[in-house]
Amino acid sequence: MTEAKKTPLYETHLKYGGKIVEFGGWLLPVQYTGILEEHRAVREKAGLFDVSHMGEVLVKGVDALAFLQNLVTNDVSRLTEHKIQYTPMCYKDGGVVDDLLIYKQGEEEYLLVINAANIEKDWQWMQENKGKFCIELTNLSDTTAQLALQGPLAQSILSELTDTNLEELEYYWFLPRVIVAGKETLVSRTGYTGEDGFEIYCRSEDAVALWDEIMTVGKPYGLLPAGLGCRDTLRFEACLPLYGHELSKDISPLEAGIGMFVKLDKGEFNGQAALAEQKKNGVKRKIAGFAVTGRGIARAEYPVMAEGRRIGTVTTGTYAPTLDKNLGLALVEAEFTKVGQEFAIEIRGKNVAAEVISKPFYKREGK
Amino acid sequence: MNIPAELKYSRDHEWVKIEGNHATIGITDYAQSQLGDVVFVEVPEVDTEITVGTGFSVVESVKAVSDIYAPVGGKIVEVNDALTDAPEIMNEDPYGEGWLAVVELTDPADLDDLLSSTEYEKFITEEGN
Repeated sequence: MTEAKKTPLYETHLKYGGKIVEFGGWLLPVQYTGILEEHRAVREKAGLFDVSHMGEVLVKGVDALAFLQNLVTNDVSRLTEHKIQYTPMCYKDGGVVDDLLIYKQGEEEYLLVINAANIEKDWQWMQENKGKFCIELTNLSDTTAQLALQGPLAQSILSELTDTNLEELEYYWFLPRVIVAGKETLVSRTGYTGEDGFEIYCRSEDAVALWDEIMTVGKPYGLLPAGLGCRDTLRFEACLPLYGHELSKDISPLEAGIGMFVKLDKGEFNGQAALAEQKKNGVKRKIAGFAVTGRGIARAEYPVMAEGRRIGTVTTGTYAPTLDKNLGLALVEAEFTKVGQEFAIEIRGKNVAAEVISKPFYKREGK
Repeated sequence: MNIPAELKYSRDHEWVKIEGNHATIGITDYAQSQLGDVVFVEVPEVDTEITVGTGFSVVESVKAVSDIYAPVGGKIVEVNDALTDAPEIMNEDPYGEGWLAVVELTDPADLDDLLSSTEYEKFITEEGN
């Protein structure tokens, strides 16, 4: 293993009392004041996350669209300028290389935002798929920082630092060259928490000043710095998949329940044949949401049991703070995934009762 | 960090309060702060025999599952059932309302291996380094 990397905000996290852990090769705060308090702040007010570990790759050239259409499962041709699309990126066998966001910056220019732990693997995969496409790939990960300001008060807070009218920026759209606290940034109305909010991309050297400015103006609104711990509980309640858990090289988008981001009829792409086959015959396993009805907390990797045998594996499980219940996501045989289905989670050698519930566990009101 | 002088401590971050041949056990202020928000406690059952150094309870925070190791051996005579519905009292009052169990000691010599408050303070300082 190479040494864990630090984001430009590492020292800032220490200053704000962050408890540092290693995640995907990065040293990041798991929490500042406490996961539950930070989780609540994001649901009710706002939280500020350092997500500078995320990777950014720029795709430029006359074949940019054709290259991406082959690379990912969603239909990139539907994007208009300044719109964003979520998509899985698959292997030929339908397993997932990564899931990412595509920002259309221009007719021949797209920004891809990829998972931190997958940057090198994705970069390699994109190079292999470059083929005869006339494009230029640039890895911007090391020079780009990213802050996520999330929560119902995010717009009010960010509006204090910019003249740009954020009210007009709709969900899954972005604006380039937005001046925030005197720094040039790219602002998108996106996030990974199930709340309204923004992701703010900036140059690495501007990250500390931006963080401090946002924290300062956000204080009267109840803004808290938020760590990876609540990022996980927040995305989990909203049932947003996490690569390495609900998605992997061994779990296809159809199995993960995100088939709406697979456009089989858009033309040829990596994994198309395998995914078309899965769609035609139905998947054998699916990600199901469940509530632990007995006493205990399900955790990733715990076995799911029914009819005296193992029928699956928990992919994420924890205490869900907003719902005050012990919930989980599990990859189980498809016949056991109907809402109301009962099965058991094996927790420390004991079978604890659980029941399939509908997803997402949490959905915000309004837009 | 709160480390009451009248208690004994294990290297696994439990505290022990001795009254005759009974020992009340809980986790230390340091342990609860390291764990973060406690959201589940697997409260042990009364009459269970426990031996020094073996896991007899499980405490879970949002992120982590942690075994609680017996600081002394003996029979559990009382448990704190309040932790079942309100695990957060382990964070709020680790040396008081957040106690875990009372054990009837098998061998009082177990106590000799425990640390005093000053020794424990030194221990966590070194561990923290």
